[in-house]
Amino acid sequence: MKSNTVLQIVIGGYLVLFFAYLFLPLAFMGVVAFNTSSIPQVTPWEGFTFHWFGVLFADSQMWQGLGNSFIVAFFVVIFSVSIGLGATLFLTRMRFKGRDGAYAILVSPILTPGIILGISTFLFWDKAFHLSGGLWTAIMGQTTFISGYCMLLIMARAQRFDKTQEDAAFDLGATHGQVFWKITLPFLRPALLSAAALAFMQSFENYNTTLFAIGFEQTLPIYIGSKLRQFISPAMNALAVVFIVLTIIGAAVYEYRRRRESVAAG
Amino acid sequence: MLKSVGEAVEFNHVSMRYPGTESNAVTDANVHIKAGEFFSFLGPSGCGKTTLLRLVSGFLDPTEGEVRIGGKDMRGIGPNKRPTAMIFQNLALFPLMSVAQNIGFGLEVRGVSKTERLKKAVELLELVDLPGVENKMVGDLSGGQMQRVAIARGLAVEPAVLLLDEPLSALDLKLRQHMRTELRKIQRRTGVTFVYITHDQGEALTMSDRVGVMTGQGVIDQIATADQLYNEPQTAFVADFVGENNAFAGAVTETDGDYAILNTESGSLKGRNRLNLNSGQKAIAFVRPEAILLAEDSTAVENILKFTVKNLSFEGSFITVFLDTPGGQTCVMKQNNDGSTPLMQTGTEIKVCFSAENTQLLPYGEVSYA
Amino acid sequence: MRKLWQDAKHNFGNIGIIFILATVGGWFIFMILLPQLIMIDYSFRPLLPLRKIGGPEDVYTLKNYMVLFTTPLHRAIFFKTIWSSIIVTFVAFAICYPISYYLAKMARGARFSLLMMGIIIPYWINELLRLFAWQLILSDVGILNNILMFLGIAGEPINFRSGNSAVILGMAYAYILFMIFPLYNAIESLDSNQIDAARDLGSSWFRIHRRIVIPHAKPGIAVGCIMTFMLAAGSIAAPLLLGSPSSFWFTQLIYTNFETANWNQGAAYAMVLAGLCLIFIMLMLKLFKVSLKELTK
Repeated sequence: MKSNTVLQIVIGGYLVLFFAYLFLPLAFMGVVAFNTSSIPQVTPWEGFTFHWFGVLFADSQMWQGLGNSFIVAFFVVIFSVSIGLGATLFLTRMRFKGRDGAYAILVSPILTPGIILGISTFLFWDKAFHLSGGLWTAIMGQTTFISGYCMLLIMARAQRFDKTQEDAAFDLGATHGQVFWKITLPFLRPALLSAAALAFMQSFENYNTTLFAIGFEQTLPIYIGSKLRQFISPAMNALAVVFIVLTIIGAAVYEYRRRRESVAAG
Repeated sequence: MLKSVGEAVEFNHVSMRYPGTESNAVTDANVHIKAGEFFSFLGPSGCGKTTLLRLVSGFLDPTEGEVRIGGKDMRGIGPNKRPTAMIFQNLALFPLMSVAQNIGFGLEVRGVSKTERLKKAVELLELVDLPGVENKMVGDLSGGQMQRVAIARGLAVEPAVLLLDEPLSALDLKLRQHMRTELRKIQRRTGVTFVYITHDQGEALTMSDRVGVMTGQGVIDQIATADQLYNEPQTAFVADFVGENNAFAGAVTETDGDYAILNTESGSLKGRNRLNLNSGQKAIAFVRPEAILLAEDSTAVENILKFTVKNLSFEGSFITVFLDTPGGQTCVMKQNNDGSTPLMQTGTEIKVCFSAENTQLLPYGEVSYA
Repeated sequence: MRKLWQDAKHNFGNIGIIFILATVGGWFIFMILLPQLIMIDYSFRPLLPLRKIGGPEDVYTLKNYMVLFTTPLHRAIFFKTIWSSIIVTFVAFAICYPISYYLAKMARGARFSLLMMGIIIPYWINELLRLFAWQLILSDVGILNNILMFLGIAGEPINFRSGNSAVILGMAYAYILFMIFPLYNAIESLDSNQIDAARDLGSSWFRIHRRIVIPHAKPGIAVGCIMTFMLAAGSIAAPLLLGSPSSFWFTQLIYTNFETANWNQGAAYAMVLAGLCLIFIMLMLKLFKVSLKELTK
């Protein structure tokens, strides 16, 4: 009984410390956004202001970076989910020697540092097509490894697929196309949706690969990076607050829908 | 009411070997299944039954020989173009679709309108005695209900041949027995040719018009009705696999018309020689446990042997007695219990006999000695 | 080969084959194979003015790689990067193992979803901003210095950002999700009865983890460590934002090469980094006796 209480306290203490570690830095960062001081800091507190949000929203570079991020993410999602699906079909349906080798090659981009993918993509398009760094190379560089994540996600679901369902559909007279659209794809749909969401997040937040691949263009993370390396302004804190608020809203909506669904299902 | 017409299925010298394997999954199968027949393939698991079924459905083409349906060679014709429908072992119902959508799937891919499909689904659900569930999701059905939906889905495309791959194996015993009669009923109602595979001889013997027994090597040993299989097996494998049997191996010493004498370690046995074994040939004498009687109760004059009672198990309507033979093997005997049958004492020596009529002499083959 | 083709046709039909060839083929050839080959090619060629490219001096050479061995500063930075990345990996494992175990085997219901959400939410905020938060904490006028000075522990601001500690701390913070998820997945798949059985047999908590949980979670530990190490060694954001001149990271050497348009030297160093990560992966696979297949489950 006594050792149990001690254990409870230890676990509780650890949890508090862990989440403090996780959230306090973000909390500090958020508070700074509302400090009038032009140097981002909590103390001295010079007064409450929304001024830095105004500065942020007036920055055309930020909007341009945001726009570029959406463009890049859009194509990365389309490419990566398609590639992930294709690779899944390829690896789960075909039986051939060297399948393990093919698998290793296709997951290798995930295990490669992002800057290497960025550099090699940049060099390749420059050398082979005389296409210098821009949004296209950023899309290519990101797709290289995000496809791997999509493949793993889709494959995890595909492996739970009962292939006799396809046999049954085929036996009942469906063509290959009909089997795929009416049986296989509906089964994989949840995995495709989560792969799309993951691809979007990964693309939207990518810095390492993009930095080397994109040349002189800017996505939002590149914009943030250059801002943070120049002179630091609390406008970046304002941006962080926007991210945090959007995230919390997103999480709340997700949680609300999940609960409603579980109530409906239960 | 739906009335499809069954078609004949012929296997002509069909052999199947999977690429990269050493031996045949099916060897020289010659079977002529009649139109509208309920035909079962019975064999131990891994004997190539499923391969046979997939050869008919079109998922496989034979390495040698031909499969004909309704007289037409099926080589090169895919499963979606053959007049067959398959009921899979795990049923393979589509979990994301309702019952009606499942049943209507085959019609949907043929471009039949939605109202037509629903009408057909309702009709078929009545045929399989499961009316009113068309709007349920398949996940909400019980095992037996899923079974019926799978059959309705197969019948919806009006196949000439319905192929059933051990569809009852997942059900519990009681439901399984009930579904046997149901399947038989549905087959009679529709007139579709049923090709059924199973490792459960109870299923095969009770439902089928004829049964093909397969050995572990993909060879069809005998094709016959249930009673022929039981009473007049053609090979040692069939005798051993169908029902219980005692096997006494030995060599033929003399022949005598329809009968012959076999010299075994447990003694000299006389039995029916339907396959015309010759003197000196290695053979096995098979005797069913229920054909072994106490000598004092029997009028038979041949095959009188002295065995020792090893142990017995009381099973209500009958008593199973395990006997030690002089040849060192165990012989099983079944005694009917009329309520006053005295229990034998373990260790006592008893005299048993079995008539030559009930003893089958078959060429030597691998058997699992009881 | 014929067999493979028939197999493919049977499985996918013509349109399916085209789709797979286009996606997987395009991915493999244009994103994985050729870019890597071109980068290798660059790394073995000397840096030449444009007019001399293709000329007699444009021959394969090990020169770009030799720079690493002949420049003591680069060598020091290289080994520092390895060593620091290993520290990041250890720290991340130490922080994440308990929470992963707690989530996998102890937390239930609403508390579980809340904690899970709490772990994921920070990762929806850009990595750079997360690192920026630590910049605010660790800078000379940062929160930590303010607190220390307020409490009278420090008389004047401590420069936390000299040396590597700030970079290491920031990385351990930024990449823990990549440690938690593999660990969580691996521990979660352990049958809880095994833990109960061990406890029932009188095993101590320490021993249960050492003999049962950790051996079972080996593939997860390997993945977590590989990911964290790879992210740390390959990180450019953390050293750029949290580092000081004395904490130069190997990736920054690569970056500088590209800023000064010495692509060949940059490519060679990128290859060195790739080789380093490959060696680390091999080592982990050997150490934990798992295969790549198990890793990415």
